[in-house]
Parts: sequence; structure tokens; C-alpha cells
Amino acid sequence: MKQSTARLTLTAFTLATTLAFSAFSRAGEVEVLHWWTSGGEAKSVAELKKILEAKGHKWKDFAVAGGGGENAMTVLKSRVVSGKPPTAAQVKGPSIQEWGREGVLTNIDDVAKAANWDGLLPAVVSNVMKYQGHYVAVPVNVHRVNWMWVNPEVFKKAGAKIPSTWEEFAVAADKIQKAGFIAVAHGGQPWQDATVFESVALGVGGADWYNRAFVNLDGSALNSPTMEKAFATLRTVQKSIDKDAANRDWNLATAMVINGKAAMQFMGDWAKGEFTAAGKSPGKDYVCMPAPGTKGAFTFNIDSFILFEQKNSDAKEAQRALASSIMEPEFQEVFNLNKGSIPARTGMSMTKFDQCAKDSSSEFESSAKSKKLVPSWAHGMAMPASAQGAMFDVVTQFMNSNMTPKAAAEKMAAAGKSK
Amino acid sequence: MQSSASARAGAVASAVAPRRSLFDVIELALPKLVLGPTLLVSLVFVYGFILWTGWLSFTESRMLPRYEFAGLVQYISLFGNDRWWVAVRNLAVFGSLFIFVCLAFGLLMAILLDQRIRAEGFLRSIYLYPLALSFIVTGTAWKWILNPGLGLERVVQQLGFSSFTFDWLVNPTMSIYTVVIAGAWQSSGFVMALFLAGLRGIDESIIKAAQVDGASMPRIYWSIIVPSLRPVFFSAFIILAHIAIKSFDLVMALTGGGPGFSSDLPATFMYAFGFTRNQIGLGAASAMMMMMTVAAVVVPLMYSELRRQRRD
Amino acid sequence: MTEQLHAQIAGPQVLGRVVVYGLLVLLALYYLMPLFVMLSTSVKTLEDIRAGNLIALPMEITFEAWAKAWSSACTGVDCSGLKKNFWNSVSFVVPAVLISTLIGAFNGYVLTMWRFRGSDPLFTLLMIGCFIPFQVVLLPMAQTLGALGIANSTTGLIFVHVVYGLAFTTLFFRNFYVSVPDELTKAARIDGAGFFRIFWRIILPLSPPIIVVCVIWQFTQIWNDFLFGVVFSSGERQPITVALNNLVNTSTGVKEYNVDMSAAIIAALPTLFVYVVAGKYFVRGLTAGAVKG
Repeated sequence: MKQSTARLTLTAFTLATTLAFSAFSRAGEVEVLHWWTSGGEAKSVAELKKILEAKGHKWKDFAVAGGGGENAMTVLKSRVVSGKPPTAAQVKGPSIQEWGREGVLTNIDDVAKAANWDGLLPAVVSNVMKYQGHYVAVPVNVHRVNWMWVNPEVFKKAGAKIPSTWEEFAVAADKIQKAGFIAVAHGGQPWQDATVFESVALGVGGADWYNRAFVNLDGSALNSPTMEKAFATLRTVQKSIDKDAANRDWNLATAMVINGKAAMQFMGDWAKGEFTAAGKSPGKDYVCMPAPGTKGAFTFNIDSFILFEQKNSDAKEAQRALASSIMEPEFQEVFNLNKGSIPARTGMSMTKFDQCAKDSSSEFESSAKSKKLVPSWAHGMAMPASAQGAMFDVVTQFMNSNMTPKAAAEKMAAAGKSK
Repeated sequence: MQSSASARAGAVASAVAPRRSLFDVIELALPKLVLGPTLLVSLVFVYGFILWTGWLSFTESRMLPRYEFAGLVQYISLFGNDRWWVAVRNLAVFGSLFIFVCLAFGLLMAILLDQRIRAEGFLRSIYLYPLALSFIVTGTAWKWILNPGLGLERVVQQLGFSSFTFDWLVNPTMSIYTVVIAGAWQSSGFVMALFLAGLRGIDESIIKAAQVDGASMPRIYWSIIVPSLRPVFFSAFIILAHIAIKSFDLVMALTGGGPGFSSDLPATFMYAFGFTRNQIGLGAASAMMMMMTVAAVVVPLMYSELRRQRRD
Repeated sequence: MTEQLHAQIAGPQVLGRVVVYGLLVLLALYYLMPLFVMLSTSVKTLEDIRAGNLIALPMEITFEAWAKAWSSACTGVDCSGLKKNFWNSVSFVVPAVLISTLIGAFNGYVLTMWRFRGSDPLFTLLMIGCFIPFQVVLLPMAQTLGALGIANSTTGLIFVHVVYGLAFTTLFFRNFYVSVPDELTKAARIDGAGFFRIFWRIILPLSPPIIVVCVIWQFTQIWNDFLFGVVFSSGERQPITVALNNLVNTSTGVKEYNVDMSAAIIAALPTLFVYVVAGKYFVRGLTAGAVKG
């Protein structure tokens, strides 16, 4: 018995690392830096902890919330500088490449190969997870950002039609305001301004132009008539926002839609959690649909964990167990049911998910084929943080002044160059 | 046991001869030895780090520090950045108003409290408590109060004054003043305590003498009491200036630097660029500009105040 | 002249009192406003808040949010409220306050009673140091602590707080001791008393008022600190401000403002307690000479 166990362990090690994690692995500790600290998010991470502990590893929680990960990134930098990086940290988008360049990440190609990640993840997603062709990060979920959340009751009262293009939006917004409602619920924070603008830009300019402008940072696409048109459209959106929006939290804006004070909100699919918490059901009390002009397109915001090079072998092993656990279907399902997003891996059963998530999932796959799956720049998926920040400045300044679309487009081109 | 004791005795005996001078040397050096660690720590962890930051401001450091010299690129891009100038202007506005309002309110409250008030202890606690609260959440409360749709404006309008408007929080040209309101709320109580203490320390016979001479109370305050509080003004100024320059939580919680970036301050600017936007070099350059400004204001002030004290 | 004086005393005295009290109460209301908002929110139900009545009085009062904030709110994977972090904070705040106060006392003593050539410029140098923005020191400090082997430990955190608290504690003690008459120490020195002896026997017994001031100041600063706490603590030893921040900041989750507000008040209880209870000594301590410079 003993001997066979030993032999089994040995083969497991040599065959595939994933197998080795099952029953015979030595216990290691993972320290995971994340900013999911409350409610559904915390519960979601707790699932991961449970799975990992079932595999015999120890979970050392390292939660730092605030500013959509701003505080966590500050802490992460100081940890790396002090020579004690955590096992894994919640980092996404092009930042993964930046960390890769620092030479502190570990290559997990073995784990990826064993579980066929290349086959499970759309290329757009897996490219983000790789540095120089090697996996250094694991995706957790996919948020769709270009959603419009609608209170159909308000539309009915105002006699307006739910818009599917930005031209229709202008008409509907006008009617809603005349009927005494707020057309667009919004919070005047730079990231929310950018979230709205991103959907507007995608709707106005299409996926090709979007990619050239916000992914390739092509100056001729950034300072172009299309960009001016996008800003002009943003101006009409801005005019349908109430005057007290400054620094309003996004969830208070969502509450305005829930309470029937406002007709719609442009926000990622996390807004669903607020509707659910208020006891509203999709399709009946509220409607989720793509922002005007973006049907068939999908702006993705993927949360992922980067994995740091570990010194001791127990920790290395625990780290690999963590990576493979994150990609397992069980975890992806539980996590995303809690968080409102959809699984990062394709080909999973969506039966337990609600209608909005099902729509999101099918459009995720179809848009990947039609090349309309684009990264959300407002959520740090498309460009370096410096360019993103500079563009935030332009958009938020446009929203809070009477800057002309032409001037804004010029500033966007300049922002695209910032290092 | 015994041998070690006698050995010790021997050591003491042999030390007797040079004892006096050695002891004197130690005794003379003691004050410097005691102060030494603090100075060392300050030299390394304050001035050393300032030098380090200064060096980074001449590099192209982005996500993590890099040490290759790159000239003045960061300063050039800093001076070409609109947002930086907004932050600088805001610091001037916020700093001067915040310090002025805190000093004025602090002094006023202290003078009022010094009138043999019945519930002094209770009122004093009320004025002091804001300093005890962390701004992480107090900021939310202020945000609601100052928001026109939720707070003060709505309440006053509901009371029947329908034309009342108070929309500074959402008005880009006024937003920095709301930071002053909340900042003064947090810090003026402390200044009040400083002034109150100062007032209690004044020799009452001087006031009595002035009263006998027929001076009115406001006049006594204006020309005798307030001038004698000069050292308090100095302490309060240093503390307030220190708070103003470091104001970070306040802005983040209340306005998030907005609307737009209209209420940005150098501290929030530095954090945004140095950390959030992975532009450490630029952040370092802004930090250096900030510290140079502080030095230019504070050094002469400290110097003259210390000299004046010595003359007294 | 004398007529004026009489008018001053007799006529408007009552009016004057009314004005004084009126102003004081008005100011008190301004100061209490945010606390009122926080307290009333903390006892509301979430439905009440979601209905948009953020400033209004609660429709029904419940203390569930308080219980949740203390013992069951999530601050990460761990959902056991703030109570653990409360003790974490105590464990580093107390030593940091005591050490920085003690060193500050010695520094103040040296800078006033044992002045040497260049001690005034050194003091200026030290004071300028307190203007350094803390965001600047994060990375080099992390590197230094890593090299010293105390990165992300309680020791490291205490060290950081002591280092950046010294300028202020020194300022407090120096300004206090400046007003102590030189004769006291001179006489002792003639009697042959040494550096430490004078400190223990003469200076320290005079110091309680300023110790109170210094401890209150340091306690508030360190207890409320977030930046150093979040960067230099380790995951499971996070101070209460970091836990509060985690509890309050949800990026994409449902916001429970009632729990947030109760958590904020819980986190502030020790400092509130210190201010209310020691407030009297605080002002008295400052009176005793802390502000004479």
C-alpha cells in the first residue's frame, strides 16, 4: 500500500503537475492580494479559499480595497520592492505585461498545458494572460461593460422608446426629461465618465476604429472626425444627466434607476447586483441591453491574478494548485454567480445564470468570432495606466466644462502619447 | 559568583584613575548621544529619502524605480501638464483659506469658550471630536451633506426657501471651497484647544490693568491678548500648514479630486501619477516641487521665529 | 472714559451672554452635523437608505448594523467584523505611541536644557522633516524594511510610526521645556546631578501635562493612519483603518451604508474616548506651556 502510494505520487509528479495537486501534494501557503472585500465579492473569493484548503493548502488572505485596486497596487509595489511579493495578486490588462517586464512573474505554462487553457480561452483573453508567449496570469471572470440598464416603467410613463442607436437616444432622453424624469443616472467620477464615453465611442465608431484608437493608440484614429462625433454624442448624454452627479457613487446612480427617478444607466454588469439586492428581476422590473449602437459588440473587463516567482518549493506547488483551481469549472461557476459576471473559460453550462448573464455569455462567444470583442479601456484592459489616466483627464474635463469635441479629440491624441 | 564580583571590583578600581575625564567626556557627549538616533533617523528616513526622490525625478521610472539618469524630461512634462497647475493653484487657494479659517474659527471659539461658559467641557468635546475620526467615512457623510440633491440644499428648500442653492460640491469652480469647509471642520477644534490654552496662560493682572485704564473688552482682546498669543499662532500655523500640504484623504473622500480634476491637490496629483498611473518619475518631480515650495516658506519662518524666541 | 466702561458692564451684558451662547450653540451644530448623519444612518435599515433618505431621520431604529460591523462584516475572505483588527491596532499603536513619546521627551530635554552649538539649526532641520509627504517615503521605506528583515511585521510598522512621529513629539516637549526656568537645572548641576538624574528627578515630574498632549496627538495620528498601516502591515495583522477601508470600499458589490457608518464610529471609539475623557487634560497640558513657542 505504502509503496504503491509512493509510486503513484512519483508518476503523478512526472506526468502532469495538476494530478500531483490532488491528494498527495505537500501543504504550502498562498498569500493572495485582492480587493474583493465585501458582500458577493468576498463570498466569491471565499469559495476559492475553500477549494484550495480542500487540496491541503493554506490560504493567507491579503485584502486591500479602495479606488478599484489603486490601494492594492500601491501595496503590491512596496511588497515587491521589499523583496516579499505575495503568491498571487489581482492585476489585469496590460499591467500584466508591465509586471512581466520587471522579471518577477513565474511561468505557469505547465499548468496551462495540462488543462488546455489555450483551447478554453478566446485568443483575445489568453493573449492578455501571457507575457512573451508564456502564461503568467489566470483569468477569473469576464465583465461586460457596454451595458445599458433600463427602467421600462419610466420609459412607458414618458412615452419614449428604449433606444438602440445614439440618434434614438437623443430623442428618448429629450422626452424623458420633458416628462420630469432624469434620463441618465450617472456618477461624476472619472472612471464612470470614461465608462460612459467608452460605450458611446464603441457605438459611434465601431469595433475596428475602437481598436485602432484605444488599443493601438493610433494618433490618426484618436484625433479624427469619428472621435469628434463620439464627443459630440457624449455631450448629449451629459446634458441628460442631473446636475448633482459629481462624485456620486455608481451604486447610488443605480438606485436612481431602481427607484424610478431615472430612466437608464450606462454601467458594467456589476450593476445587476444592486438590482438583485433590491429584489428586482431582469426582464420584468428592469431591462439589461447593450448600450446604443453596440449590439453584437462586447467590451470586456477581465479580472485576473498574476503569479509571482516563489522561492520555496511548497509555496511553488501551492501556487500552481491555486492557478489550476481558478480555472476549474466549479470555481468559475460559483464565483461568477456571486459576482454577476460570466466565466472566463468558454464552453460552460450557463443554466444557473440569469438572462443578462446568458446574453452576455452568448455575445462574448459570438463577438469573439466576429472580431467585435474589444478590451475596455476605462477599466484598464486596453492601454498602459499612464495613457489611460491621461485620457480619463480629458474625458472628465470634457464632462465638466464646455470644451469643444474638436479640442477634446486633439487632447486625446496627446494623451495617447503620454508615458 | 565571588570571582566575578571581585573581577568587577577590580575593573572599577582600575578605572578610577582615568575615571574623571572619561566620565566627563561621556557626560559632555551624552546630550548629543541622546539626540543622535533621532538625527540619524531623520537624516536617513527624511533627507535621504528626499534625495532618493530627487534622483528618481531625473529618471524615466515608471512602474517601479529605475535609476538611469534621463535629464529634465519629467519636469518638462510636469510643467506642461494642465492638471498640475490646477493642483498648484488649488493648494494656494485651499492652503491659505484653510489656515485662515481654522485660525479665525479656532480663535473665535476659544475666546467664546473663555467667557466662563457653563457647559465648557461638553462644548469643547464637540469642537474637538472631528480630529478623532478618520476621514475614510466622515468624507461620505460630508459628501451627502454638501450634495445639493441630498443634503443641505434640499433640506433648506424643503423648509420653504425654494430659491436656496448650495451646489459648490458639483460646481467645478467652487469645489475646492467645499474641501476647505470639511477641512476646517476637522482641524479648527484642535486650533481652538491651542488658543484656549494660550488664553488661559495669560496673566490676568494685565487685563485687569487695561480694564482699569478704561479700555473696552474688544479692544483689550485686539491690542493686548491676541498679540500675546503670537507663539500660539506660530505653532498652529506649522501644524495647519503640515495638514494642508498633506491633505489627501480629505480630497479623495469628499470630491475624489473632481468634478473633473478641479479640486486636485499636489498630494493627490502625486499619488495618482506616482502610483496609480505608473509614472513614478513624474510623481517624484511633483513631490520635489512640493517640498521645495514648503522649504521656501517654512525655513525662513522657523528661522526668524527661533531667533525671536532667543532674543526674548 | 469711565462712562464708557460702565456702559460696557451694565447694559449689554445680558445681551452679550446671549450672543456668546448663541454663537457657541450654532458652532456646535455645525460640528455635530456629520456625526448626526453618521449616527442616524447607522441605525437605519438598508431599505430606508436605498429609498434615498440619506439625511432624513430613520424610519425605524435597528442596531443590526452595529452588530454586523463588529462581528460579522466581511473585510476580505474573513467575515468576522472589526473586532480582530481592533486588537491588531491596539498592539502596535500602544508601543509606537510610548516609544515616540519617550524619545520626544529626551529630545526636548536636550534641545532646551543641554543646548550645544548648532542645536537650533538641528531642530529646524528636524521640523522641516515633518513636512515630507508620506506617499514619497513608501517605496524607499519598503526597501529599507526589507533589508532590515522587518518588512510587513508589527515591529516594522512600529518603527515607521516612531520615525515619522518624532518630529512632532520633539516639538511638543521642546516647546514645553523652554518655559521651565533654567535655575532649576542649574542648581541641580551644581549639586553634581548628571544628565539622566536631572531628567528623572526634576524634568519628568514636571511633564505630565505635556505627556498627555503628546500621547493624545500621537494616539490619534497613529490610530487613524491608513497609508502606513496598509503598506507596512501584513495581511492578517491589518490595523482597523485598513479593515474599515476594506469594509467600506466595494468595487462592484452592494454598498451597506448603515454598516459602513457604524464601522466608522466603532473604529473611532478609542480616539473619541480619549478626546472626551482626556480633553480637559489636553487643554490643561497645552496651557502648561506647550504653546509658548
